[in-house]
Amino acid sequence: MKVLELPSSLDYRGIEELMARAVSAEPDKLLLDGRRTRFVDPAGMIGLLGVGRFLRNRGAERVRLQMDPAAEVAGYLARMGFYRASEGILEFDTPPERARGRSSDVLLEITSIAENQDVHALVEHLQERAGSILSKTLHYPPSAVVQFSVILSEVCQNILEHAGAPGWVAAQTYQWSRRLGRQVLVIAVGDLGRGFRGSLESEHAGRFGARWSDSTALEAAFIHGLTRFPDQGRGQGIQQIRKQVRRWGGVIAVRSGSARIADTSEWEEFPPLEEGLADFPGAWITILLPEADPEGGK
Amino acid sequence: MSDSGDFQLDAFAVDVRALLSTTVASLYSHLITRPTGRAVRMAIESQLEEIPGPAISMVDFSSVAVLDYSCADEVVAKLLLGLRDGGALRSDVFVCFRGLQSFHREPVEAVLERHSLYAVVEADSGGAELMGPVPAPEGALWGAVEEVGQVPGPRLEGWLRERGLEGADLEHLVASRSLFRHPFRGDIYALSELAELLAERPGDPSTPETPPEPNARDQTS
Repeated sequence: MKVLELPSSLDYRGIEELMARAVSAEPDKLLLDGRRTRFVDPAGMIGLLGVGRFLRNRGAERVRLQMDPAAEVAGYLARMGFYRASEGILEFDTPPERARGRSSDVLLEITSIAENQDVHALVEHLQERAGSILSKTLHYPPSAVVQFSVILSEVCQNILEHAGAPGWVAAQTYQWSRRLGRQVLVIAVGDLGRGFRGSLESEHAGRFGARWSDSTALEAAFIHGLTRFPDQGRGQGIQQIRKQVRRWGGVIAVRSGSARIADTSEWEEFPPLEEGLADFPGAWITILLPEADPEGGK
Repeated sequence: MSDSGDFQLDAFAVDVRALLSTTVASLYSHLITRPTGRAVRMAIESQLEEIPGPAISMVDFSSVAVLDYSCADEVVAKLLLGLRDGGALRSDVFVCFRGLQSFHREPVEAVLERHSLYAVVEADSGGAELMGPVPAPEGALWGAVEEVGQVPGPRLEGWLRERGLEGADLEHLVASRSLFRHPFRGDIYALSELAELLAERPGDPSTPETPPEPNARDQTS
């Protein structure tokens, strides 16, 4: 059995390392070794599901996950619904029991998005759950729950309309003591579908000629709002998400194929465009929303 | 409409939330996702098509809690595009929106901007406003008609001239169905005025004796 070690911090940055290892791994019997992993966020969890599915799709006979059962992160994964979501993708020893009565601190457990009604169910859930977390933890105004629901609705529709494959979404808040001194909400959405390049190729590749690539496809969708549909009303979703994220002083990054594009901020400096990443399929979106600045700024 | 000059307009109220639960699925209570929006718009269009004569429809969002951009595009923009560009709807149908709350406005404004569309929206305070990327001269003209409610056809030219307003702007507002022009007399009506007239029951002595003769109907599915 070949071993792929998980990073100690399996978050929106650490997942890049794991994706790179997965791309270069020979499909075989594989062990994803997370015994030294001490932190995981929604991007890490969803990315880990994506890596498991990717390895299985490439023909890996078995993909086994091992976490340190004594570490908090194992229980946290259970509370976020990770083990349930990974059924049929990853094998693992008996997972920690889902800690009863503690799910109230989870904003959005890992949720599979495969059809229109999943988005409706998600928004229903957010309307019940998100209000108190957005207002008490992030100190956003009461109206933010609607805007937040709209963001999640649009970003999940991106999976349904463009990926051609099911995906996952999850969200949770964290205390970023060192980097920001405030709470940050991390939203992750990912799928193993055709990616931005694949989605736009038939309609737009011709005009880019030899320049057509993952990065030009991301720029076309993210910056210019292009889609594969001729309908002029399409492509607004991601533009409106960017606008709202900017208003809240947040960050949005979209990784697809071997490139990543981002709207950054002074507290989380993703490069605006990265190329030459490991060529991992699908689209992986991370949104970071900081707690409202108590002094009024963002 | 007839050769004798009779002209009857129907008012038709559409509760979007009610349509959502009866047309799409009772499970869905929010106007989100493109397929949901498409189903709701088609239900509205279908109801409007059933009205035999000219009609003004009040599309009511007051009980919709969440409206996303995709749904706003399908329900608001595509409905208005159908009117402006001669889509699924007949040329004698007019649409106003009501019950737009602050959190509805942004998606609606975004889709109007995207498609260069105007929408007449009933204001909470009464009266109406014209949403969309309206050029200032057209906005001024629309506002002037909204203020007086109607301008009789024979006086129209002088009325525009006195106010420094342009006939071309009027034509564009009529073409975008932001104003109503009486087909025989050429009177110009604000849609809010029409809606108000139609809200009066036929035969009510307080109803102004002004064509079009209203025939108010409510339907909320």
